[in-house]
Amino acid sequence: MLSYKAIYVIVLREFKRFFRQKGRLVVTLARPLIWLFIVGSGFTKLIDIDTGVNYIQFILPGIVGMTILFSSIFSTISVVWDREFGFLREMLVSPVSRVTIVFGKLLSGTALSVFQGAALLLIAPLLHLNVGISEYIIMIFLMFLVALSITALGLFVASFLTSLEGFNVIMNFIVLPMFFLSGALYPVNSLPPFIKMFTYINPLCFGVDSFKHILLPEGGRLVAEFPLYVDIIFISVFSVLFTFLSALVFERRK
Amino acid sequence: MPIIKVENLVKRYNSVEAVRGVSFEVNEGETFGFLGPNGAGKTTTINILCTLLNFDSGIALVNGFDCRKEAHKVRSSIGLVFQEITLDNELTAYENLKFHCYMYNMEKRLSEERIDEILGVVGLRDRKNDLVRKFSGGMKRRLEIARGLLHRPKVLFLDEPTLGLDPQTRAHVWEFIKKLKKTEGNTVFMTTHYMQEAEACDRIAIIDNGQIIACAKPDDLKRNLRGDTIYIKTSDDERAQVEIQEKFGLKAKKLETGLAVLVESGEKCIPKLFEKLETNILSINLKKPSLEDVFINLTGKEIREYGPSTRFTKVGN
Repeated sequence: MLSYKAIYVIVLREFKRFFRQKGRLVVTLARPLIWLFIVGSGFTKLIDIDTGVNYIQFILPGIVGMTILFSSIFSTISVVWDREFGFLREMLVSPVSRVTIVFGKLLSGTALSVFQGAALLLIAPLLHLNVGISEYIIMIFLMFLVALSITALGLFVASFLTSLEGFNVIMNFIVLPMFFLSGALYPVNSLPPFIKMFTYINPLCFGVDSFKHILLPEGGRLVAEFPLYVDIIFISVFSVLFTFLSALVFERRK
Repeated sequence: MPIIKVENLVKRYNSVEAVRGVSFEVNEGETFGFLGPNGAGKTTTINILCTLLNFDSGIALVNGFDCRKEAHKVRSSIGLVFQEITLDNELTAYENLKFHCYMYNMEKRLSEERIDEILGVVGLRDRKNDLVRKFSGGMKRRLEIARGLLHRPKVLFLDEPTLGLDPQTRAHVWEFIKKLKKTEGNTVFMTTHYMQEAEACDRIAIIDNGQIIACAKPDDLKRNLRGDTIYIKTSDDERAQVEIQEKFGLKAKKLETGLAVLVESGEKCIPKLFEKLETNILSINLKKPSLEDVFINLTGKEIREYGPSTRFTKVGN
């Protein structure tokens, strides 16, 4: 049912496109650095920290999460893009199954996100965070899960859309709330209860939380809020569910 | 056994019937043309045959496989060139072709061979590592057709292959399609609304309003029409119309400017017109039957507003 050759070439194509679109490359690299060093250092002076984790360190897991969020969601644009520019039909009319195309898109979005997250993590030592080889490897695994869950969600949404305009509208109602309700910039425990509810359905919230487990030292106010296993279970379930849903929607639509 | 077999095909969009009980067969090696105005159901039919669209009832077989139940087998048997360009602009010509080879699970060595060969045929070998974005419309078309042929499909579907191209490029692409047919020998199924392109097909089906109204060799269709059309302009068309009716027993149809008369032999009739008509003739024009006339005759309307001949409406038989 799955053609691995086709999945490989779909992923390869997305990577080629990614490195060829210089503007996208620059934005992708610059955005997290702006957040970290401009927003982060601004608030570091403002927020008094009593736990040995300062604000700029605190937001690194969140900014890794943000990088994955943006990258994953916007890589699913390629489905809408391909539909608008016809390339999707080249794929749909080939003998590979629909599921193969979904997996190809899913994997390319995920791989691109992990790649960007991993690149960003290289600056952790600059922030005086102790990230060794083993933490780095665990982070790659966690980033893969988080990227998969968000790409699957994006793909599911994108498969309903026919134009790029619609994509922008819907994504801004999903991307920004997901980011602000992820605990990336402030602990979700400090949110009022009726807003906090939404964090429990947000895969990025559990994702950022799992990153905090690995990247930040234990103890204090500004650290992980859920047990790591809860994070992993939630993200995994979310990934599987939306992979299944997007495959289903893709199969139905012609 | 025919390579394409369609029987009583029906496709509805909501309550509108886009294809209304279409039946035809295409033989192996044939160039089969689907001729009709925009919105006649050409693309819908092609999309059904390419498994991109479900249909409501009827039979659609390609290469002996059912388009609904054996979609992936049908897809392995066909190559498709769409109306719009479906190349990836961010990839090179070579990469676009390579992508296709992977999707069709072609062996590495074979695909390299085929890519090189087909790039030679379409005359793009020296541009193979250029981004498609830099290509002209004609070059993109050629590359698309090359891509459609890469996996040696049994049937090549061309949906308006020359749409949006300038006349020169159009002629070029068409010449190229003919050349390919000689070297590749596959069946070509194409839709078009250009008469000149339809003339070059082995057989054509004229489709209008979701129904096939004629299906035969272009020459046979023209032969059926029997007769030439004479277009005349006179100083007083109304008087001339009456005169022609009285003196020749022919019915002249009044057009925006001038008259159109359907006669058996135009060459013989023109001298008589000059001889007997008392109204001053300003200009006279003889037209041998073309597919355009066949089309107008069958559907009662012009296929599109293009060229001098279509300014006139044909007189019914």
